[in-house]
Amino acid sequence: MIYFDNAATSFPKPASTLEAMANYLTKVGASPGRSGHRASVEASRIVYEARELVAKLFNISDPLRIVFTKNATEAINTVLLGMLKPGDHVVTSSMEHNSVMRPLRYLSRRGVEVSVVSCTESGVLDPRRVREAIGPQTKLVALTHASNVTGTILPIEEVGEVLKSYPGIGFLVDAAQTAGATAIDVEAMKIDFLAFTGHKSLFGPPGTGGFFIREGWEEQIEPLERGGTGSRSEWEEQPAFMPDKFEAGTLNTVGIAGLKAGVDFVLHEGIEKIRKKERILTERFLSGLEAFDENVKIYGVREGKDKIALVSFNISGLSPSYVAQVLDENWAIMCRPGLHCAPSAHRTIGSFPVGTVRFSFGYFNTEEEIDLALEALKSLIKKRDKGA
Amino acid sequence: MAGYCVVLFESISHAVKAEKIVQKAHIACKLIPVPRHLSSDCGICLRIPAEKRVEIDELLRQSLKGYVIAEL
Repeated sequence: MIYFDNAATSFPKPASTLEAMANYLTKVGASPGRSGHRASVEASRIVYEARELVAKLFNISDPLRIVFTKNATEAINTVLLGMLKPGDHVVTSSMEHNSVMRPLRYLSRRGVEVSVVSCTESGVLDPRRVREAIGPQTKLVALTHASNVTGTILPIEEVGEVLKSYPGIGFLVDAAQTAGATAIDVEAMKIDFLAFTGHKSLFGPPGTGGFFIREGWEEQIEPLERGGTGSRSEWEEQPAFMPDKFEAGTLNTVGIAGLKAGVDFVLHEGIEKIRKKERILTERFLSGLEAFDENVKIYGVREGKDKIALVSFNISGLSPSYVAQVLDENWAIMCRPGLHCAPSAHRTIGSFPVGTVRFSFGYFNTEEEIDLALEALKSLIKKRDKGA
Repeated sequence: MAGYCVVLFESISHAVKAEKIVQKAHIACKLIPVPRHLSSDCGICLRIPAEKRVEIDELLRQSLKGYVIAEL
């Protein structure tokens, strides 16, 4: 099998991810923060060390600023629903995933004003358009770090620079596609809320994710859920301190143990090395696609430095779902056709409602796999021309 | 118990963080269940040598809030 669906979830995972999960389930087992016995303390250490590694990866000085959630969607919902009130204004881009768009559409029906800044047909955002969209009621700017449809990286650092002049406006970045794949520095990028998922380029299992909150901002966010935290048990009010405020109920400790190992793998390999390899794969595929000329339409920017390791394209005359089906059945190539939970992004690049074929590469893919996929596409085009 | 103090925290996450800070300073410490006669916000506390109390307080104050040091 050739797995080119890493933007949905990464596969395979490092062996250490599986080992850490098995170790937790067979040798630790207990619930973190729920007792003083050694197994519970050990579980708490695993969770804390996972916070430490995530904090290190994103240049966050205090690991207690990391909250664990079940995925990036829950993290984004916590910030959006917990912060924005009727009358507030929020700025976002036209390249957002539904994890941002749907909560914002929900909020707009409840009196929150939403401005969607248009990106170019390649998915490029001009930071000046963000500044122009800011008004007196603006409370938050919410942007994806890179589009899951085109792979185009948004100018987060430049927008962070713009927002420096507006200290009252929070900056939420959706790093679902970039965490572990490109460098993220919450200080250099002036990010107030960083939402990440654990099961993509951080190599954890599905069911893990979280967010960073800059100090001071947690007071402005109501938690999505309230419940047991293992702390302040004599109180019937949710604690206000980090990270317990946002972590009601038993954590996914087995998942977080896997995530810890995954992030450790990323730190050990190094973002630079991971990025370089994924860029080589992406550029190899792009140049192969370009050789098909008018037979293939490529969406998004073409330079490897401006995008993450995914390519959206269409073969003229063939529907994305047909292409994906043939690639699976005849070549055992796994990819994702359609709208990728991001209708606004597809409207922006002109591929709505049919969608595109998306190949998303990962650190474990090889150049041989890229070449085989290009062969497969070549044969699909031939088949089309023969009318078969 | 002579010779020991305990540090009480708001949350287990804070206790684990404190343990790492104290260990890094090469001071012996141990996470233990909170003794019955002390009330606390979370189930465990950090047992430290009494003579290191001031030093540890200095260390923790830089990166933790809401903890209390009590005699055992």
